[in-house]
Amino acid sequence: MSAFGSHFAFEFRTGLRDRSLLLMNYLFPLVFYAVVSLLMTQLNPSFQPNVIPAMVVFVTLTSLVLGLPNPLVSAREAGIFRSFRVNGVPALSALLIPALTTAVHAVIVSMIVTLTAPVLFQAPAPVNWGGFAVFLVLTVFSMAGLGVLIGVISANTRITILWSQLIFLPSLMIGGLMIPRSTLTGAMAQISGLWPSAHSMAVYDGLARGSGFNAQVALSLFVLLAGGILAFALASYLFSWDSVNTTRRGSAWLALLVVVPFVAGMALS
Amino acid sequence: MRPMNELAVKVSELTKSYGQFVAVDRISFEVRRGEIFGLLGPNGAGKTTTLECLEGLRRPDGGSIRVADTDPTRNVKGLRNAIGVQLQTSGLPASMTVGEAMHFFCAYHGVKPRYDLLDRLGLKEKNGTQYHALSTGLQRRLALALALAHEPPIVIMDEPTAGLDVPSRVQLHEIMAELRAKGTTILLATHDMAEAEKMADRVAIMVRGRIVEAGSPRELTATGSTLTKITISTADGMFLSGERSLPGLQRWAVQEEYFVCFSIDVGATLKTMLASIEKSGDRIIDLRVERPTLEERFLEITTEKSA
Repeated sequence: MSAFGSHFAFEFRTGLRDRSLLLMNYLFPLVFYAVVSLLMTQLNPSFQPNVIPAMVVFVTLTSLVLGLPNPLVSAREAGIFRSFRVNGVPALSALLIPALTTAVHAVIVSMIVTLTAPVLFQAPAPVNWGGFAVFLVLTVFSMAGLGVLIGVISANTRITILWSQLIFLPSLMIGGLMIPRSTLTGAMAQISGLWPSAHSMAVYDGLARGSGFNAQVALSLFVLLAGGILAFALASYLFSWDSVNTTRRGSAWLALLVVVPFVAGMALS
Repeated sequence: MRPMNELAVKVSELTKSYGQFVAVDRISFEVRRGEIFGLLGPNGAGKTTTLECLEGLRRPDGGSIRVADTDPTRNVKGLRNAIGVQLQTSGLPASMTVGEAMHFFCAYHGVKPRYDLLDRLGLKEKNGTQYHALSTGLQRRLALALALAHEPPIVIMDEPTAGLDVPSRVQLHEIMAELRAKGTTILLATHDMAEAEKMADRVAIMVRGRIVEAGSPRELTATGSTLTKITISTADGMFLSGERSLPGLQRWAVQEEYFVCFSIDVGATLKTMLASIEKSGDRIIDLRVERPTLEERFLEITTEKSA
């Protein structure tokens, strides 16, 4: 097996073998999906059309934004990256393969949600599966970029949680997951454009639900793509193998540049 | 076959600082192919930083390094295949099994997994055990197996015996001797003076980022105070009290039934001692004559240079 294949297979197994990763990749999002979908569709039937996009975005948030950064920080702090480095593992593999395998876990759980929600909660399935694929891939790409960037710049796992929650909680509350963006007040609806979840929901509406391709959908596609590319580029640039006596190529504050596409998305929404 | 006097490592005026702290200060040394070279020094002397510069983990601030004809700062890929590294502080993913680790790193080196090395290092039964469940000693053995798996011409070991039990230590020394016999060069940073004295062909002692002494262990011990330690116990307790005017005697002490002395002229001291014992009708119970050890010489040097 090639080095990439061996590394990918190991990281994929780790996502199932490690209890905390299993929790973030599968148990927490699936239990949340089951409980919240059951309650929300009973309490608020208008939530039904949003079950699939909201829960898929939730899945990507838990596995890629909450779950992915910690192992990267731990690998740096525990000297795992040092072992990788002296044995010839390239920096890009050390960074991207965990992101890729976590993304695969997220896609698996997203598909479980998408295929079971119409049966369990009478949620409407995507009308356009090609559009759904674009929505899923871009959402996963954007969230994975943010997760990797958080893992690269966080000094320790406590800081990781802080950064992750800055994305996770607002996404849940004003990012269109629990409350549709269209029902938010004008200023709040605009501010919600700062979070990727709002753009993912817009892309789902336009491409998968078949509401029609418009300027907002195009903008959201651009924001997710640009946000993901910028996050991965910054993570690669700021990556450091070690935490002891090591200077990065740039200040960790450079990572804040990742908000530029999202600020643009908010301003132009 | 390449000649054994060929240089495997050449370090010239190497300097490395962390902020204002100069960890390594213009050091130079060479290591020949097939040689075991020991870097000794107290904590903070700069041994690990030196090795990390050779391993390509740190970028030197000044000077030059050649490792197997490779500049570690420029040809990282070439360096990875030329060296095997057992780091002082490193780790593997907690859930990675011993077998997976061997497979994983061999894949990156482009060689077949060396499960025979796991067998040799007593890890065969642990093939399916996850890294976090291994004892410190087993983790060190696994790190060594991974460092040797691609048969590098140069092996760098930072405190290789730390955390190892006595049988493992003996086994490691056997492996090091085998590697040397095959022409593998070994760079060793250690606190274990007995290990350095036993295994190293040459050593360099570092204090505060500089090399203060270098040479073979025998050369280093010979250039010290040259006092030889004589320990003797006799049936009647001769020398424990009374006459101790022995030629060459520099200092002495009584430790229970033993008379322990340090002589600058061991031949003369012993001759007089034996003559005195015979003359008095006493009988020797125990007699030991010891050259100064590398550890004693190390303490002498580091105390002197640190002052």
